[in-house]
Amino acid sequence: MELSGAEILIRVLKEEGVDTIFGFPGGAVIDIYDELVRSDIRHILVRHEQGAVHAADGYARAGNTVGVCLVTSGPGATNTVTGLASAYMDSIPLVVLSGQVPTQLIGNDAFQEVDIVGITRPCTKHNYLVKDIGDLTRTLKEAFYLARSGRPGPVLIDLPKDVVKSKTVYSPIKKVTLKSYNPTYKPNIKQLKKIVELIADAQRPVIFAGGGIILSGASEHLTALARNAQVPVTTSLMGLGGFPGTDPLWLGMIGMHGTYRANMSTGACDLLLSIGVRFDDRVTGKTDSFASQAKIVHIDIDPTSIRKNIPVTIPVVGDCRSTLKELNAMLTKADLGDLKKKRKPWLDQIEEWKSTKPLAYRQTDRIKPQYVVEKLYEITKGQAIVTTEVGQNQMWAAQYYHFDHPNHFITSGGLGCMGFGLPAAIGAQLACPDKTVVDIAGDGSIQMNIQEMATAMQYCLPVKIVILNNGYLGMVRQWQELFYDKRYACTDMEHAPDFVKLAEAYGAVGLRATKPQDVEAVLKEGLSVAKPVIMDFAVEREESVYPMVPAGAPITEMLLV
Amino acid sequence: MREEKHIFTMLVDNEPGVLSRVVGLFSGRGFNIDSLVVAETVDPKVSRITLVSKADQPVIEQIEKQLNKLINVIKIRDLTGPEAVKREMALICVNAKSDHRAEILRIVDIFRCKVVDVGLEHYIIEVTGTGEKVAALLQLLKPMGIKKIARTGPLALLREPS
Repeated sequence: MELSGAEILIRVLKEEGVDTIFGFPGGAVIDIYDELVRSDIRHILVRHEQGAVHAADGYARAGNTVGVCLVTSGPGATNTVTGLASAYMDSIPLVVLSGQVPTQLIGNDAFQEVDIVGITRPCTKHNYLVKDIGDLTRTLKEAFYLARSGRPGPVLIDLPKDVVKSKTVYSPIKKVTLKSYNPTYKPNIKQLKKIVELIADAQRPVIFAGGGIILSGASEHLTALARNAQVPVTTSLMGLGGFPGTDPLWLGMIGMHGTYRANMSTGACDLLLSIGVRFDDRVTGKTDSFASQAKIVHIDIDPTSIRKNIPVTIPVVGDCRSTLKELNAMLTKADLGDLKKKRKPWLDQIEEWKSTKPLAYRQTDRIKPQYVVEKLYEITKGQAIVTTEVGQNQMWAAQYYHFDHPNHFITSGGLGCMGFGLPAAIGAQLACPDKTVVDIAGDGSIQMNIQEMATAMQYCLPVKIVILNNGYLGMVRQWQELFYDKRYACTDMEHAPDFVKLAEAYGAVGLRATKPQDVEAVLKEGLSVAKPVIMDFAVEREESVYPMVPAGAPITEMLLV
Repeated sequence: MREEKHIFTMLVDNEPGVLSRVVGLFSGRGFNIDSLVVAETVDPKVSRITLVSKADQPVIEQIEKQLNKLINVIKIRDLTGPEAVKREMALICVNAKSDHRAEILRIVDIFRCKVVDVGLEHYIIEVTGTGEKVAALLQLLKPMGIKKIARTGPLALLREPS
């Protein structure tokens, strides 16, 4: 039987287990929408295509699946670029379907035509323009396979209108193989043996884990490794939740706004086990001084991550999950001696760093943003899914909300994309309807995709937005204060909407706290409402995030409170 | 660290946009391309790209890995060493006034290249060989006046095991 391109598309989406699509219709995708509404796939109508991609990103992360978007040609497609770039940097599996003008018009500067394959080439794992309906099934299957396998990432498929309308006989494809793409999952055992020896010999080992732990579902293996070998753990921003944030071996986050003990122990360690990381500049600071006393082991599925920024002693290409599982099995057989005794001086040193220089802020009669996050952590018992915007709000969320589980902290780590948190929270809430989902936001970044409030209302998604409102673009202001003689060029948001009324205008609930003693009550009330809620906290205007490593300095040289 | 010239050869899917992925990778990551040659292989679905880049060792390693990561790159090899044959080609249009014509033909003969176009005041010479050979020929023709030149970058092919 012959099927149209649109029918084939829906069939393949169903085969791939897609139950939710984030999108926004337009001329070039009317045929797809016409077919989509006849299927049982749920469509979430966003208010801006950037919101669709971030929502799919949040959905993919919270639900451990592939996020799918559908947008029209031209502006619909260009609006996805920021979301794609963010997902690409953070290795999030997405499939974005964009409409395109009919094939005979491509290249003619047709209405709503744009070369989206050309535009998104550097910010997707791969992308396709389907010019022939005969290639449609294979392309769709390849896209899902590429998005979720190896180091995951976003894939875009550009679908000209005539290809979607034309018909062909549908022949299902069961298995995808690509001769040029074969990710290495299984590690080299010889390399693992060397790691076991290094762990046995190390006096001051540290584990530095990243997003790869979460993407590969390796948290339990990481936790087992740390506990069995008695090695303290720090993670990058992307790795938060990959190791329990309440474990005694937890060092806190590493890097520019990492904890004192995480950065100091990285500087002093003699073995750094780096797992599922890519040594971002926000993690390493000055690379020459990074873990300069340590032998460095680097485990990652992407060979290009290894030796890109940091020279390593033992490189291992492999999936974090399979590698750690194998490594743990080898460690249990190895003779590591009396670890408790051997590690004691090192763990005592770390404990001293922790007690003398803990994460800290000064309470005043104003609301401190850190205090809001601490209270949120207490009230939600650390069980909420937290999304963030970007800037100070993101760092305070990372520092003061202690994540015990993977897939609970959802942030635009690599791209650092303001406007991410609200749509991502919408996606996360759809993936996990029974969870409390909170977007920790700033007053600047929440306004970048505030229109998605309407989406949250339309689908009754009770996302909670905590605005740490300082009236500034706070992180840039902080840099201006510290490194630009307090010249606050264009960071004072002199006019802002009344967020309580704005929430009400959307039909949501708006609450405000202006004094520290109101914080708890507002959080409790806001979190108990089964509707979208904006909680506006008027916080200390010139509060800064500490510790802070100035850009380009060694991470052991921190500015403290 | 010292910069070295490396010659990479890769088999890629013969599809629109593939060259742009390769070139975009170099511009996007700040790698440089000294030369680039692309043509179909005997399998019309596969093209071969031969590319020369100059960089220090860690960057060369990154270039090879990054190229390998492109989905359309089927296979890549660094053919810098002696295990591969390398050839370049150039078409050189040289001034050939009467008093130089015999001298130019002698040079052409010595270099075992060919005259492929003749005019009253010019020759077009086709030369094939290593980069050094082409450079040496140009050196000798320079005094006559080189009107224009078109050069390929090197091509490389792995020798068969003997």
